[in-house]
Amino acid sequence: MQKFERLDAVAAPLDAANVDTDQIIPARFLWRPRADGYGQLLFNDLRTSEDGAVKPDFVLNRPAYQAANILVADRNFGCGSSREHAVWALMDAGIRVVIAPSFGDIFFNNSFKNGLLPVVLPQARCAELRAALARNPGAKLVVDLEAQTVTGPTGASEGCGVDRIEIDPLRKQLLLSGMDDITFTLSQADNIAAFEKRFAAEMPWV
Amino acid sequence: MTAAKRAAPATLFDKIWARHTILERPDGATLLHVARHLVHDGSRAGFRTLQERGLRLRHPECTFGTPDHYVSTKSHALAAITEPHRREMVTELTANAKQHGITLFDLGDVRQGIAHVVGPEQGITQPGLLMVCGDSHTATHGALGALAFGIGASEVALVMATQALWQSRPKSMRVSVNGALGAGVTPKDVILAIIAKIGAAGGVGHVIEYAGPVFRAMSMEGRLTVCNMSIEAGARAGMVAPDETTYAYLKGRPYAPQGAMWDQALAYWRALPSDAEAQFDREVALDAGAIEPMVTWGTSPEDAAPVTGSVPDPAQAPSAERREAMARALAYMGLAPGMAIEAIKVDRVFIGSCTNARIEDLRSAAAVAKGRTARIPAMVVAGSGLVKAQAEAEGLHQVFLDAGFEWREPGCSMCVGMNGDLVAPGERCASTSNRNFVGRQGRGARTHLVSPAMAAAAAVSGHMTDVRKLMAGGA
Repeated sequence: MQKFERLDAVAAPLDAANVDTDQIIPARFLWRPRADGYGQLLFNDLRTSEDGAVKPDFVLNRPAYQAANILVADRNFGCGSSREHAVWALMDAGIRVVIAPSFGDIFFNNSFKNGLLPVVLPQARCAELRAALARNPGAKLVVDLEAQTVTGPTGASEGCGVDRIEIDPLRKQLLLSGMDDITFTLSQADNIAAFEKRFAAEMPWV
Repeated sequence: MTAAKRAAPATLFDKIWARHTILERPDGATLLHVARHLVHDGSRAGFRTLQERGLRLRHPECTFGTPDHYVSTKSHALAAITEPHRREMVTELTANAKQHGITLFDLGDVRQGIAHVVGPEQGITQPGLLMVCGDSHTATHGALGALAFGIGASEVALVMATQALWQSRPKSMRVSVNGALGAGVTPKDVILAIIAKIGAAGGVGHVIEYAGPVFRAMSMEGRLTVCNMSIEAGARAGMVAPDETTYAYLKGRPYAPQGAMWDQALAYWRALPSDAEAQFDREVALDAGAIEPMVTWGTSPEDAAPVTGSVPDPAQAPSAERREAMARALAYMGLAPGMAIEAIKVDRVFIGSCTNARIEDLRSAAAVAKGRTARIPAMVVAGSGLVKAQAEAEGLHQVFLDAGFEWREPGCSMCVGMNGDLVAPGERCASTSNRNFVGRQGRGARTHLVSPAMAAAAAVSGHMTDVRKLMAGGA
């Protein structure tokens, strides 16, 4: 897993609630293996029209946001399907942080497994950040996981501030170290084996 | 349960969580044992991770598979999956099941079907168990009093390797529906009304327990429909406490406990319902009598209105953000504010999916289709081979065929279109599935979520129709 420590990068505002994983990566692409690269497929139907033409209005197609590594979204980002391909598409397109008032639970979980940091900030603050980023294209945010802060936007004359990132200590530890949870969980093998013995005795029908 | 355990009031969720906790770290991260893991033809990445890391699947006897997302509904011959990459998704599941020794209900086996139909049907899903599957609609299984939720590919691999996964404890929400449902109002309408009330993010971070007389009186099929769409309210899981309906449904199913084991299991199950004094973090209540047949008009399941109502006007939205979102949804859906829901013309009907492809759903749709004729293309896709066989034994397939509906082979089909069953761009579909997302049923497709009876009513009239008008005594 790619570790995450600190990022100082252009942030793009995505002004829509309930951006579901079908929009992040449409179902027709899911048979493709990860190795094929999913970056080109991120937001495919929002980014391009049916004939493949680029939609110039979509935020990530605008020149100032093309280098964005951070997205600031609205409520319930990543809702819907459990497809981890949505996280792969974001990561492969260079997005390492998504800030939103709330996330789909499964997307939120999947993010941590791949080194993508989802940050929950209050709805009003997300709206303020999106407005500042929209009026100051190319403005940056600094995301520091160790310090648990989001700072900025830098390069903008409005909406600047420091926000605290709330994160479970275990998730923070795994992200900072880049250790994946299979390796981490296998270190609990003795506890797992002892539990399974007890469980089988208590619930023999299972 | 011991007297000591009864002393601290606990919810159904609390009891299952405690029973599956391997360890809890001081920071709250909890390692949970997974009692049942379902896999399907979209679980390839999990198997590949296992392979790459040289790990074995820890508990093949707790892992069950069936192909559903990529299978053709025209025929279950492998060759019917004409696109080779998609066919490989199915054949790779077959190979993986063989290699790892897991039980597979493969194409050609009458037990094959949508994972969330097959699990309960086979008795794999049981009260009080923690279940996962690499599919967001895993919450379905909560209908039997299980704690069940969807996971991503990385966690699928983790569960395969360790039979465990990490969770932080979710909050609890009780949704009570009181009173009794009116005629023609179905479980699908209940869950759409709940989502419309709490919102598509209303349940984020919560596990919902559905409680009250409406769910007590509801069949297992109905409870499965309700729990299935918990994820569309943003909830991690949804569940209904087990009762006599649950036990009667489970008894005798192939993978349900038998004999003395049944009695031992039953004792555990009977102690599962939430204690009377148990506290929930949030309580929501709805009046069943106020729920009407529902139709979604937008691009989120929260965008639902009674069939007797009209398409809402963004100008009346409570906030600028909501106004923009509604306007965007209506533009995509090609609808004008204020138009009557019943005036919405429909191009196509899909009856199927893990939400509404069980025998009761098909009976309910057939009752409306009987003696009428579809005015638009309509297809019925049973949730499993066994549902299909049961429907055929009851003659429902003949009712559908006589009415001009297509009768297809089991699979996820047009709910997600991964097998090529797609709604054309701009086409409007009345669908019994669970998601009306932009592009969900195909690029540019316009989806209206409805109950099976309402879908059949749309098929025979060519527009959204209050199914109550077509019921016995109606026109």
